[in-house]
Amino acid sequence: QLDHGCALHTAARGGLSSVSSQDVPAENPRAVFHTSESDPAKHTEQHEGRLYNIPLEEVKAVFPHGLPYRFQQQIQTFNEARVMVRKPALELLAYLKGSNFAHPAVRYVIYGERGTGKTMTLCHVVHYCSRQGWLVLHIPDAHLWVKNCKELLQSSYKKDRLDQPLQASVWLKNFKSSNERFLQEIKTQKKYMWGKQESTEEGRPLGEVVEQGLARVRSASDAVGVVLREIKQQSHRGSFRLLVAVDGVNALWGRTSLRKEDKSPVSPEELTLVHNLRKMVRNDWSGGAIVTTLSQTGSLFKPSSAYTPQELLGKEGFDALDPFVPIPVPNYSPREFESCYGYYLERKWLQHEKAHTEDGKAELRFLSGSNPRQLDRLAGPL
Amino acid sequence: LRLICTTTAVQRKNAGASGPEKYTEAFIKKQIEEFNLGKRHLANMMGEDPETFTQEDIDRAIAYLFPSGLFDKQARPLMKHPTEVFPEQRKIQWGEDGRPFHFLFYTGKQSYYSLMHETYEKFLNVQKHQDELIAQDLPLQKEKRNLAGSRWLTKIELEEMLVEKMSDDDYSRFIRLLEKLVALPCADLEEKYIQKFSKEVPAQLQKVLIEPLQYDERGVAFSTGEGRRKTASATAVVYDNGTGKITVNGIDILHYFPVLQDREQLLFPFQFLGRIGKHDMVCTVSGGGRSAQAGAIRLASAKALRSFVTEKEVEFMRQAGLLTVDPRVKERKKPGQEGPRRKFTWKKR
Repeated sequence: QLDHGCALHTAARGGLSSVSSQDVPAENPRAVFHTSESDPAKHTEQHEGRLYNIPLEEVKAVFPHGLPYRFQQQIQTFNEARVMVRKPALELLAYLKGSNFAHPAVRYVIYGERGTGKTMTLCHVVHYCSRQGWLVLHIPDAHLWVKNCKELLQSSYKKDRLDQPLQASVWLKNFKSSNERFLQEIKTQKKYMWGKQESTEEGRPLGEVVEQGLARVRSASDAVGVVLREIKQQSHRGSFRLLVAVDGVNALWGRTSLRKEDKSPVSPEELTLVHNLRKMVRNDWSGGAIVTTLSQTGSLFKPSSAYTPQELLGKEGFDALDPFVPIPVPNYSPREFESCYGYYLERKWLQHEKAHTEDGKAELRFLSGSNPRQLDRLAGPL
Repeated sequence: LRLICTTTAVQRKNAGASGPEKYTEAFIKKQIEEFNLGKRHLANMMGEDPETFTQEDIDRAIAYLFPSGLFDKQARPLMKHPTEVFPEQRKIQWGEDGRPFHFLFYTGKQSYYSLMHETYEKFLNVQKHQDELIAQDLPLQKEKRNLAGSRWLTKIELEEMLVEKMSDDDYSRFIRLLEKLVALPCADLEEKYIQKFSKEVPAQLQKVLIEPLQYDERGVAFSTGEGRRKTASATAVVYDNGTGKITVNGIDILHYFPVLQDREQLLFPFQFLGRIGKHDMVCTVSGGGRSAQAGAIRLASAKALRSFVTEKEVEFMRQAGLLTVDPRVKERKKPGQEGPRRKFTWKKR
């Protein structure tokens, strides 16, 4: 996979970025698919179907853990991160721009079939918000918290809850790297006791709480809970905007695949992380927005053809999330397909001779059904 | 390569020409009388008119009265005229004084040699006629026989005709002689004689009817096709002026066939004709497994596309194998083996 992009690595990122910074009209065919606007705030319908570049340092800063795995591989291969501007994302951005932050936070649920680009839409929105200076609470995949957990500790805070130190510490690390600046600014408002000896005083920066969680892994989940509560309370006051971005929100209300030591199944409420996250996703605070994605791929015990909010969230989840704005994400429109295909061609990702012809394009379109994931997988071996 | 279908002529062995008489003439006559009587009785039983009771009626009546579940049609009960049941055989070839009737009897293959003599006689006739025409300087008639649509009798058919066994060499000699005869320009003199030994080749080029396009309410042209593959059967309706959307049993192909291989199978007919984005398709399929359903739909769509396409392209499709029914089905498990081919584990002791 990496061999393909080799030739262009030394073609210097500098050279590429300088070309992409001019928006040359149609005589240079590559520019039809690209746009130089790397600030999502300025993306409008005219940019729809085009790919915009995110500089790699920003990628590392904003998305330590959010991007889909295949996209990360693609970034490594092409040495640039190009995200397509699509209609659902534009819609969401428009809502966000026009939302009134005095009202309770609006919930947006991005849903769609498998592989249509929901996580990418979420990442687009996250990028926009981080550019705008919001505090981004990005949970890459809530499903990771309800399955495959090796260690479950009984919580010291509440007796019947279970902690997940590993996942919590991983998340805290990523959160720290993406929101350094806020951690210094936000101050705690209460005193928190970690176990018998350690405690965090009132007025200390949140960064300390995070450090505490990272240092003492046993109390990591509690640290997460503290962070979430503080952020919620303070965004209410309006000193910063908060974006809660959860990928795979249907994990919070489904079933888990974890079992307690006596082999009885664990329900999501019994996990501290899930419990705290549910509190975040409730719209009883204002000053920000909640953007969530439904995901069938990681979900447990749900049929593979389910993709609507009702099916994936279940009754409980649906009621909990009830007044939300649904945003469906469809497969590629013909224009989007053209631009994706053009991008692969231009980056010499499609090496097969036939792939360059019109017939090859029609074939790809047919076989992938204009589904982004299928197209990506198809184009891989070519 | 196994011959999938063989003609019955090849399979049937000629039992009549071997050995002396097994049935006397009187016996055969008696069988014929019994057969006719039985036929009238059967007609009475079935309540039909004995005078107009044909062989087909007999077959139907027997199948009704003696139903049989045997697979081999020749093993079921049958009632036919004795001349069909008892093979034709040679009557005694010599008289009471022991003298044979035919002058070539002592050659051993009297009918064969007499046939060769006859044919050669005709050959000489034609040559003589030809010489006469040349002597008179008349133009030789050259009307070519249609050799493409006819074939010579096979060895078995010839044996049946002569009621005598012959070897392969004899047969090839005879055929060569016939060919020589036919090659002469004035061979149409003996046309009738030659026709006795030639048969029409059954129309191999049976023109498969290509249905014309039908038009539905909106004025869009469409056509239907059916296909089968290994227990799966599919019907496809291909519409013109489409975007390349395909629906199977009401579900989009991306959802119905998650595997790439199946979708490639569906793509093949359209790609071959270069019409990938031009047609819409709605299909229904049932039975079989994932691959079988894909193959069935492929055949059905290829058949439906014939109506949209020129004859030359239909020929190309046929040669590409898009229009042939795949004859492979699951092979039967045999007793004494674990599967159709797999034997049980062999233990030395």
